Amino acid sequence: MSTATASPRAAFDAALLERIIASSSLPSWASDVRRAAFDRFVSLGLPGRRDESWMRTDVRLFKPQAWGPSAAPTSPTVPEGLLAPAILSGDLAADSYADFDRAQAPFASQHAAAGSAAAPGAGGKLAGRLASVDGHVVRHELDPALAAKGVVFGPADELLASHADALRPHWFRVIDTGCDWFAAAHAAFHSASSVLYVPPGVRIADPLHVIAGMSDGGVDTSHVLVVLGEGAEATVLTETAGGGATGTAGGFHCGGTEIVVGKGAFLRMVNLQNWNTGVWHFARQKAVVQASGRLQWTLGALGSRLSQVAQDVALAGRGASAQVNGVMFTEGRQHLVYNTLQHHEAPSCTSDLLYKGALQGKSRLVWRGMIKVDKAAQKTDGYQRNDNLMLSTEARADSIPGLEIEADDVRCTHGATSGRVDAEQIFYARARGLSAEEAARLVVAGFFQQVFDRITIPQVREALAKAIGGRIHRIA
Amino acid sequence: MPSAAEQLVIKGLHVSVEGQEILKGVDLTIGRGEVHALMGPNGSGKSTLGYAIMGHPSYEVTAGSIEIVDPSGARHDVLAMEPDQRARAGLFLAFQRPMSIPGVRLADFLRHAVTNCRNPDRKEGQELMPMREFRNELKAKMAELSMDTEFARRYVNDGFSGGEMKRAEILQLAMLRPKFAVLDETDSGLDADAVRLASESIARIGGAEMGILIITHHEQLLEHNIPLQTHVMLGGRIVESGGPELARELHKLGYERIRAAYPDAAAAEKAMEESAKAAAV
Repeated sequence: MSTATASPRAAFDAALLERIIASSSLPSWASDVRRAAFDRFVSLGLPGRRDESWMRTDVRLFKPQAWGPSAAPTSPTVPEGLLAPAILSGDLAADSYADFDRAQAPFASQHAAAGSAAAPGAGGKLAGRLASVDGHVVRHELDPALAAKGVVFGPADELLASHADALRPHWFRVIDTGCDWFAAAHAAFHSASSVLYVPPGVRIADPLHVIAGMSDGGVDTSHVLVVLGEGAEATVLTETAGGGATGTAGGFHCGGTEIVVGKGAFLRMVNLQNWNTGVWHFARQKAVVQASGRLQWTLGALGSRLSQVAQDVALAGRGASAQVNGVMFTEGRQHLVYNTLQHHEAPSCTSDLLYKGALQGKSRLVWRGMIKVDKAAQKTDGYQRNDNLMLSTEARADSIPGLEIEADDVRCTHGATSGRVDAEQIFYARARGLSAEEAARLVVAGFFQQVFDRITIPQVREALAKAIGGRIHRIA
Repeated sequence: MPSAAEQLVIKGLHVSVEGQEILKGVDLTIGRGEVHALMGPNGSGKSTLGYAIMGHPSYEVTAGSIEIVDPSGARHDVLAMEPDQRARAGLFLAFQRPMSIPGVRLADFLRHAVTNCRNPDRKEGQELMPMREFRNELKAKMAELSMDTEFARRYVNDGFSGGEMKRAEILQLAMLRPKFAVLDETDSGLDADAVRLASESIARIGGAEMGILIITHHEQLLEHNIPLQTHVMLGGRIVESGGPELARELHKLGYERIRAAYPDAAAAEKAMEESAKAAAV
């Protein structure tokens, strides 16, 4: 290889594609997926503002030729994630997940206090974990007891060939790999990709944790595929961390997540995006929920310079349900764009989306949501709501709900609000001895409480609340 | 007047809101352990006095002083303090219309408030009062006030009835135990029984330690809180002060005698009403 230390990058081109394929142990059918995506990739330019999904995302400053994968992780150290202090504080046995789903203790919602130490329970553990840096898996492990039950978890490179029966039907078939430059780039050049397969009837009590880290100027194209067999249960926490801050080399994430929730299965999925503020973040995420399957999917977003995320849920079998939660906090000049789709393909399904965002500085948050109900999807119950709290006069939020309904016996509603912190609220709290900052943090924590109440994983909501609390300045 | 007790001393206070002068020279001294009643027609400036004492940013003090004078004679300039510093210095305002803070439990809110008021130098992020200790104290106070502990788990004033808001204010008063409290129409929105309960509660909370200024249109709240003095505000000034009989008179007969006796203040009242009307148009 001709890589020099000064420039460890390769361009996203045919030579790189062939090099990846040659050095990878993915089965040939998976390489075919890459090649097909690459064919599409070379025919595409960057998405422009005429594309409705992209018209509120300015990618003019994104220079594709400036980015390429690094041949090796620039640092073996995984950046500390947001969930890390709560979850990765020790080895598998020492992690603290004991009070999973605990009821709210009376008077004890301590997460409202930004400064107070979060108090996760003790004595729990992780079922498995995987960490990557700059597109290279640096460690992974799975509870052997689960492996014995047929659970498959780890790098796709190691597992895809041997578990093709379970994984091939879904591998890059859930998300669209050709709809735009980023989708095609991801499908062609993904690396540090991971898979989870939970066989029918297997219930995993403890969460699995996947963290994608990045160094300053790094590139991450990791892919996650989660497949739950009939009646299976699992909790998957994925997070991103690192990259450069504003004004540095930054970073580039071009990722994808595919989720298949089998019949009667139950998945709790968390995606936490906490890149530093110099990182470009592009992600396609889609879940297919089969009959009577249940999905609780929480997106948290605090980081990145610019994000464009597609989050789709397809309710593909009768009686499937999905709860989608979004917690966004933006500051500075961050610009985050979410396109969500709740696609009701089958009858008697429920989808309930609640996105809440708080905006500081000159940041901008866009949510464009669609509930699509096919003709066959009678008795659909669909809901979508986006509430934004403006913490500065210079921030901007756009909420664009949408309904597309072909069935006639459905209940679909949507709502959106945008408000400011009321100066009278702050004065009231200050009159009781709270400092202006403390008052602002409480008001914002209160704003997010409704969505936190829906997140049944205390460590996740505590980590989110604490991180958000720490970022709130005095409210303008 | 030298006194052994700590005093809240207001002198020549002028306060404007959006450029319009509301208070036109208020003098009032309240010692700890004393109850004072403040009455007066709507718009006379009673609530403005409460906001000015607490430091509401929209209420601009253009002249005069507010000080806490401790028994040694040391004077603390209240006007130089931020609202939260005032609370930590021992001042309290029970709001006529308390604000709701959705998503924040009353107990959590109060735990912050109590911690700060008891440790005036506390910086945000420093330890809160231990949960167990706080909870025990809160439970005890709620029992004294015949309140269900479930109440503390509700979000601050969110969806509260008028009466519930007032009871929540009294609970906060009981927990914070300020040196000086202004109770702005804490009886409004309450039925007769609730006013009696509030009156008893305030008397028990206040005791000999608290200086209380009760703003009210009625005398029932004063039943268990016999004011040392009743003050009548008209046109932005306290025009007359007297004993409990004055409260009774005003409650029964209204303010006509007062207006006749203080034509200047009555004229000021009229002018303020008219400029408010003009502003509304």
